[in-house]
Amino acid sequence: MKRFTLICLTVLTAVTTYTTAQKSPAKKKTATKATLAAASSLANGKLVYTQNCLSCHQADGGGVSNMNPPLIKTTYVLGDKIRLAKIVLNGFSEKVEIEGDIYSNIMPSLNYLSNQQIADVLTYVRSNFGNKASAVTVAEVAKARTGK
Amino acid sequence: MKSKAVFSTIVPMLAVAGMLWYGSGINSTSAVGADADNAGLKLPAGFGALRAAENTGKARHISVTPAGDIYVKLARPKDGKGVLFLHDTNGDGKMDETQGFGNYGGTGMYIKDGYLYASSNSEVFRYKLNDKQQVIDPNTPEKIVTGLIEKNQHETKSLVLDNAGNIYVNVGAYSNSCQEKDRTPGSMGQKGCPILDSAGGIWQFKADKLNQTYGDGVRYATGLRNVVGLDWNQQNNQLFVMQHGRDQLHDLFPAMYTTQQSAIYPAECMYALKKGDNAGWPYIYYDQDQKKKILAPEYGGDSKKEGMPEAITPAVAFPGHMAPNGLLFYTGSQFPEKYKNGAFIAFHGSWNRAPEPQAGFFVVFQPFKGGKPFGQYEVFADGFTGSPEKTASGRADHKPCGLAQGPDGSLYVSDDVKGTIYRIVYNKK
Ligand code: HEC
Repeated sequence: MKRFTLICLTVLTAVTTYTTAQKSPAKKKTATKATLAAASSLANGKLVYTQNCLSCHQADGGGVSNMNPPLIKTTYVLGDKIRLAKIVLNGFSEKVEIEGDIYSNIMPSLNYLSNQQIADVLTYVRSNFGNKASAVTVAEVAKARTGK
Repeated sequence: MKSKAVFSTIVPMLAVAGMLWYGSGINSTSAVGADADNAGLKLPAGFGALRAAENTGKARHISVTPAGDIYVKLARPKDGKGVLFLHDTNGDGKMDETQGFGNYGGTGMYIKDGYLYASSNSEVFRYKLNDKQQVIDPNTPEKIVTGLIEKNQHETKSLVLDNAGNIYVNVGAYSNSCQEKDRTPGSMGQKGCPILDSAGGIWQFKADKLNQTYGDGVRYATGLRNVVGLDWNQQNNQLFVMQHGRDQLHDLFPAMYTTQQSAIYPAECMYALKKGDNAGWPYIYYDQDQKKKILAPEYGGDSKKEGMPEAITPAVAFPGHMAPNGLLFYTGSQFPEKYKNGAFIAFHGSWNRAPEPQAGFFVVFQPFKGGKPFGQYEVFADGFTGSPEKTASGRADHKPCGLAQGPDGSLYVSDDVKGTIYRIVYNKK
């Protein structure tokens, strides 16, 4: 069932992005490739989210009051992508105010995820839960990983 | 004026009922009326509820004075005030006067022998009360305990007092299961978990001695991951606590636990404590269906292997992750006889059941007989979240947190989402 939805999602996104891509015939080939990749990246991002983030940040990205922060339009989610990737790589227990609240749980380092998985999950987060921000690339995650 | 309008419109039957109700107020049922919607709560027949206060802030533990005033501890100070004093000027049960003091957030709030005790996340203070049971000097409390560990998680310091001048303070473990890498899949448990030296237990201090810290206190009980709800049982003269069980069995050991199992295990446990007891965290957890102490996967467990026979057995085991934040032994006589000396438990509600539906967000009653749990617990007050959908998603309108008993035997429940203070009354005779 889950897999089926995933496939549907992938196909659907691929088709929509494909038709959009059709509009610029000059770039058609490369654009199609890129958007197909983006679609599978989003689907994969959802999978990574479900397995690695959902139990704390919840299915709707709304977090848990006083425990785990929301991933909805926070400065961390929408802001600098290297900083964002570093949160996933290094974990986070700064006890700073996140949109005016403090959260008392800790986030572990998830550096066992691949650069691709982290790029995918962050792209998924930045384009879901009411967020509209650009994709995170593998190169950006790689930079965050080496530039500790 | 108001009552005139009511009398001219009300049907006679209601008026009669109202008079009976008022009359019965003299015989130990509550003198205050419930809100028309029972404050949004679902309660057993004969009970009603009113919103004694609203929008107080992140209301954690509460204490009601013999005069009926309410002290509220806020998780975070509101306008620089971390303790609220709520007063009802006209006796309708609605607290219409608010004062604040104490510039620190925290959870603990308890009145005993002429003092109000309050805790931040690392210290315990007390304030002397006058003959009206009001704090005399809100600006210069005595600092009773200081320097308690406050790290990352489980940092709240709930407290309660016994009848012999001792104060009991929870110091929660700053970890989920004492893994080498906290909350990291597959990471194993630290040998001889070092956290237990300064946390993961209940510490006992003198109620009247200033500036005590670990060296001055006694580690009264250990192996308790995190306790928020606790109370002194007057019948047994004994400390009872509610432990928050460990999280993430599936996330951390997916080969051993399904998401469904992870949602309901381990049990949220009530323990009756004696000095020196060990409840077994992080080495074991309690499985409420196998009714066994199961070795934690971080310490070689596989969801079936038993461990640590010397660890105490819970007095009551509730389903997992419901987060028991308040415990109160009912000693009043407003409620029917069966409630006397039984335990009310406020379950704040789960988050660690996702992707399964969340659960909790209610107040449960556990009957007791002769100082021991007797029979099945029942849901006493429900409906805090606003709807079954909000319960399942965890997007609750209100989450019950602290419990207190009023001088007339009313039960008070705090909510740390919107800061509603509920007062539950019994009005049937
Ligand atoms: C064990 C629970 C847990 C898991 C699993 C987890 N987080 Fe977090 N996360 C937290 C907590 C708690 C904080 C805030 C810590 C603090 O304030 O000190 C946080 C903070 C964040 C932040 C920055 C604050 C914000 O809300 O914008 C981002 C972004 C984030 N997490 C994303 C993720 C992503 C993506 C994943 C999965 C790849 C993930 N987290 C997995 C608990 C978790």
